[in-house]
Amino acid sequence: MSRKITRYQGREITLDEVREGKYLDIVYKFEPKYSWAAGVAISRFLTELKDGKIVARKCYKCERILVPPRMYCEQCYRPTDEWIQVKDTGTVNTFSISHVGTDARRLKTPILVAVVDIEGASPGMGILHKLGEVEPSKISIGMKVQAVWKRPEERQGAITDILYFKPVGS
Amino acid sequence: MRRRVAIVGAGITLFRRRMLESPKELSFEASKMALDSAGLTLKDIQSVVSGSAPDAFDGVHMKGEYYLDGMGAIGKPHERVYVGGGTGVFTPIGGWWNVASGLYDTCLCVAEEKMSPLHPHPQYAFWSIFDQILERPLGTTLLWIFSLEMRRYMHKYGIKEEEIAEVAVKNKGNAVDHPSAQLGAKITVDDVMRSEPICEPVKRLDVSPPSDGAAAVILASEKVAKKLTDQPVWLDGVGWTLDSTHWTNRDLAYPEYVEKAAKMAYKMAGVKNPRKEIDVAEPYDPFDYKELHHLEGLQLAGKGEAPQMTLDGVTQRDGDLPVCPSGGLLGVGNPIAAAGMMKICEIFWQLRGEAGKRQVKKDARTGLAQAWGDLMQVGTVTVMRS
Repeated sequence: MSRKITRYQGREITLDEVREGKYLDIVYKFEPKYSWAAGVAISRFLTELKDGKIVARKCYKCERILVPPRMYCEQCYRPTDEWIQVKDTGTVNTFSISHVGTDARRLKTPILVAVVDIEGASPGMGILHKLGEVEPSKISIGMKVQAVWKRPEERQGAITDILYFKPVGS
Repeated sequence: MRRRVAIVGAGITLFRRRMLESPKELSFEASKMALDSAGLTLKDIQSVVSGSAPDAFDGVHMKGEYYLDGMGAIGKPHERVYVGGGTGVFTPIGGWWNVASGLYDTCLCVAEEKMSPLHPHPQYAFWSIFDQILERPLGTTLLWIFSLEMRRYMHKYGIKEEEIAEVAVKNKGNAVDHPSAQLGAKITVDDVMRSEPICEPVKRLDVSPPSDGAAAVILASEKVAKKLTDQPVWLDGVGWTLDSTHWTNRDLAYPEYVEKAAKMAYKMAGVKNPRKEIDVAEPYDPFDYKELHHLEGLQLAGKGEAPQMTLDGVTQRDGDLPVCPSGGLLGVGNPIAAAGMMKICEIFWQLRGEAGKRQVKKDARTGLAQAWGDLMQVGTVTVMRS
């Protein structure tokens, strides 16, 4: 490359060498625990999920209805003004069929993941969630979906109080 | 008054899945090679800027403080910059601040990454970039955002997976000629299409690998650069912008933050018509569709038109706009921050006519390197001239 350089430094370790224990390595497991305050906006959002409702915040200046809700409008840079209940239905903005889990290991049953634009919020206000009660090959962008909730007594005030979204009318 | 800044040397290690060298040692090798190529020693370096991705990969906190001796930064002004995957191109931008501001005449910029320490897979670290309240409980993996974005991009413009696969074929093929490359290979669109589905529509060969490696460049003020070399490569435009982490509220078919970063860099460099004025480009390609997405954000292709440009051969090394002649992340490898810096090194070598077998056919005078990162939110861009 550069005329003055002829040698590329670095020594690769192959998987076999790792298995043979050819190089010393130190294994360490770090298991910290965290307890997050969900914040002003998301605490309310989670409380409402427990009641089977999805809520948004409205900014009177740009008139956007924001999901997930935030206490400030990042575009107008002012406090948002009002809580608004939006619907628990929406439209599939995009989706994926995931064959791997968080640590990249192969899953037996794929996860159907989607960005769902929530009805009643401003256009394009989507949330990340899963799809269910649908064949992967039947999913399409623009498909109308509705939330399938956990039973009220099982809800914890978490995003997983919605089990998944299923096609409307199915 | 802003001063003109030049790149006067570059260095890179091998990129591999697992390297024996420690982060300090990798940093040393890339930095030493950059110094040697510029005919400098550490005494000539006034400041150091480093880049590395999340500490979670190494499991070493305060990584910037840990590896700095390998980067020759002891007792010198040193800063670590970070914008996720955008870090590699952001690192020389940080160096540019040091020199353009008049603070220093020389600055060593080093990007280092070891992803291999994390088990069972480096992907695991990416879990913690998602929103801890609303997204992580769903069992997220970074591949989700790419597959969701790829699907949206395909849907909006009617693009086929086979068309996107052309990028993987081109880049892995180009990487065969890169001496540092991890995954250089002559493959076909069919190979990509038949590779294992990971997160549909993303398949195994659509994705760059996890890697270890380091890369470095040396920046100098105009006065110093002209004394050192008759072939300085000028860092004439830099741009960077970020969007929020509310990635599910954005248009996933078009990276507006990349457009903003590019326009900032073009304005600074006086580039009025990017498609005509940029001779060679290294956009960020952790996934094959990302190269297309970024070419559009960079104004080097119209919206939805980058796939056709690729099919027409425009982006081949002998084409009108060679793209990722290095082999990109798909072929050379993706040690996050070091991968972005590899692109800076490539444009440096291309503009000096030192890229050997990878040298593009056209007489390249102006080049561009770009990186991207975090939750679909970062654009970092540099425009370079010979």
